[in-house]
Amino acid sequence: MSQKITGAQALIRALELEGVDTIFGLPGGCILPAYDPLLDSPIRHILVRHEQGAGHMAEGYAHVTGRPGVAMVTSGPAATNMVTPLCDAYMDSIPMVCITGQVPTTAIGTDAFQECDTVGITRSVTKHNELIMTADDVPLMVRQAFHIATTGRPGPVLLDLPKDVLQNSMTWHWPSDEEVLDSLPGYRPTQKGHPRMIKEAARLILEARQPVLYVGGGVLKARAASALRELAELIDTPVVTTLMARGAFPDDHPLCLGMPGMHGNATAITAMQKSDLLINLGARFDDRITGKVSSFAPDAKIIHVDIDPAEQGKVRRPDVPIVGDCRLVIEEIIKAIKDMLASGEKQADIAPWKSRVSGWREQFPLHYSPSEPGDALKPQYCLEQLRDNAPEGTILCSGVGQHQMWSSQYWKFNEPYTWVNSGGLGTMGFSVPAAIGAKVGRPDRTVWAVDGDGCFQMTAQELVTASVERIPIKVAVLNNSYLGMVRQWQEMFYEERYSEVYLSPELPDFVKWAESMGCVGIRVESPEEVQPAIEKANSIDDRSVVVEFRVDASEKVFPMVPAGFSNDDVLLHPDHSAKREFLR
Amino acid sequence: MSTTPSQPAHHILSVLVQNRPGVLARVAGLFARRGYNIFSLAVAPTEDPNQSRITIVVDVESSPLEQIVKQLFKLVDVVKISELDPRRSVERELLMATVRVPAEERGQVVELVNIFEGKILAVGFEAITVSLEGSPDKLDDFEELLRGYGIVELQRTGRVALPKLDKEARLRAVKGKAS
Repeated sequence: MSQKITGAQALIRALELEGVDTIFGLPGGCILPAYDPLLDSPIRHILVRHEQGAGHMAEGYAHVTGRPGVAMVTSGPAATNMVTPLCDAYMDSIPMVCITGQVPTTAIGTDAFQECDTVGITRSVTKHNELIMTADDVPLMVRQAFHIATTGRPGPVLLDLPKDVLQNSMTWHWPSDEEVLDSLPGYRPTQKGHPRMIKEAARLILEARQPVLYVGGGVLKARAASALRELAELIDTPVVTTLMARGAFPDDHPLCLGMPGMHGNATAITAMQKSDLLINLGARFDDRITGKVSSFAPDAKIIHVDIDPAEQGKVRRPDVPIVGDCRLVIEEIIKAIKDMLASGEKQADIAPWKSRVSGWREQFPLHYSPSEPGDALKPQYCLEQLRDNAPEGTILCSGVGQHQMWSSQYWKFNEPYTWVNSGGLGTMGFSVPAAIGAKVGRPDRTVWAVDGDGCFQMTAQELVTASVERIPIKVAVLNNSYLGMVRQWQEMFYEERYSEVYLSPELPDFVKWAESMGCVGIRVESPEEVQPAIEKANSIDDRSVVVEFRVDASEKVFPMVPAGFSNDDVLLHPDHSAKREFLR
Repeated sequence: MSTTPSQPAHHILSVLVQNRPGVLARVAGLFARRGYNIFSLAVAPTEDPNQSRITIVVDVESSPLEQIVKQLFKLVDVVKISELDPRRSVERELLMATVRVPAEERGQVVELVNIFEGKILAVGFEAITVSLEGSPDKLDDFEELLRGYGIVELQRTGRVALPKLDKEARLRAVKGKAS
């Protein structure tokens, strides 16, 4: 018996059937009909204070759970406010489904109130988007959206729903898997790697004398962390984890070299530079990793595993391209290597390489000059204390800038899905809403957001959402009164000509602001206050806490490969510059 | 643009897409977003009303063909992409032009149209509208010759192409659907 319901009821029912437990959103005119059946649904709705917050919360949720985050907002300005999170999710391959309201189909194209061309505007920042023109299409479109968002290279999908489509009645039908696949004849992501390429990869790995495993976010998306660990240990090969892959391989593992790239550590950068084989697993030779491409890892052969064929050869031509899911491919490579070893083949001696890498590691640990008594507080010290006092399993989120780089450098990520940040797009203001989304996804975990004073002022109002919805997070604001990373570039590359980077040292009052949003606010100005403040913050779990650390504005992030420079010319901390010949 | 048989100066991509609203915008947007140049573009439904064929000509120097194909494949509505080797495919294009020509010289233009096996679509006192269907090279030559008389308006459709039947067309269907 077919049952008549409205498009809006079909939408909410379809979301329930897709397993959605939380929607981050904010209602308005055109999406109103969808908010009515939501009242009767078990789905939790989190009412945000700005639509951008809903998008980043959905991303944070997806980061830590692996399930698609869902955001729902109205048409026009709400949809345009969603563009930044969509683009952020697209750049970082975050599975996300965004529902937007639209003016009625009869009004489309007339410049109606709160009308905008949402699918047109978001076309280049989504993996796919659709304007749904009849209520009957709602269930299939929702199924397609979740299928596309979560398979292949994950990404955001947007569904635009005109108001009359939500109001009209339709005959409920829940499409089968076959129907979904048949409706998408052009979408068949490759999962399994090519067997010949996998054998070839195994052969190169056994022959390599200076191999490095170059691990990107794809390993996390494929839930391949344990397969990666097995491979790394089998071939006893050093591992670098990119900004998007922090936690994919434990930082305390002896084979882990940490983060490479523009602000990576000298060992990770140099090991890639000098390697004879880069085993790229789910990374994309981003410009922040390669530095000047023409001089990047000049002697390395390349194995490139990526589920997106367009990444193969986009920046660096691989010797062995493998299109497929990282977990499946890594497992196949392990099998191939084991077969070859069993049939008597031997791995080349990599002991000299490993000892060379260890030498770099000894010479070039991460370094900053600790503050003398009376000096300003060092941001790196705050990060170390946050790290050392963090409860087991803490999830760390960050915004974008110096504090982000220090977070990635100084934290010890020993577990996958404990690091949430905006890598590709570099979205300032990401961390507070993303941390809220992460806490919703993992309420059992402590969630710390490390933010800068610049970033915090972009999205801090979502702490009101956190208070009202009882989502207790912790925020560490590293307040140096500057747009710190921009300041660093102006100091280093613009002859200390500081242009429009100085924020106010006293405004806003972060403690009062935190309190006005229902949070506990704590100000820290000296090193002795750091640990007690963090302990106090960690002990509060019935509300959010904002700890403002007044830190030294002159601190810079080192090492640094300036934009356009070769990785060979990495700038070390001034205390290390004298021994740079060790990096040979 | 002229083509020598040995060195094609352009690539022809024959892109089969689902016939859905916005699909052309997706394809065109991708070219713009990635900085690729479209030389010409023709879109029309195929024998299957659910699918359309977009014939895109890209010139060789401006664009890394492999990346274009892979990026196009990532569009969910793109079902199949074939690269047609210009040497092994038939290409056709339609040209229409209005030429300013006084009655006493009209005969010369008519003669030109006849030589090229074109058509005369409309005749006025001071002008004549002609059409020619054929290979893009032939259209280039025709256009060049007409230009001497003074072209008032000219419209070309952009080329469409199919593999040649005589020899097995070298139809490089790109394997592996993108994610």
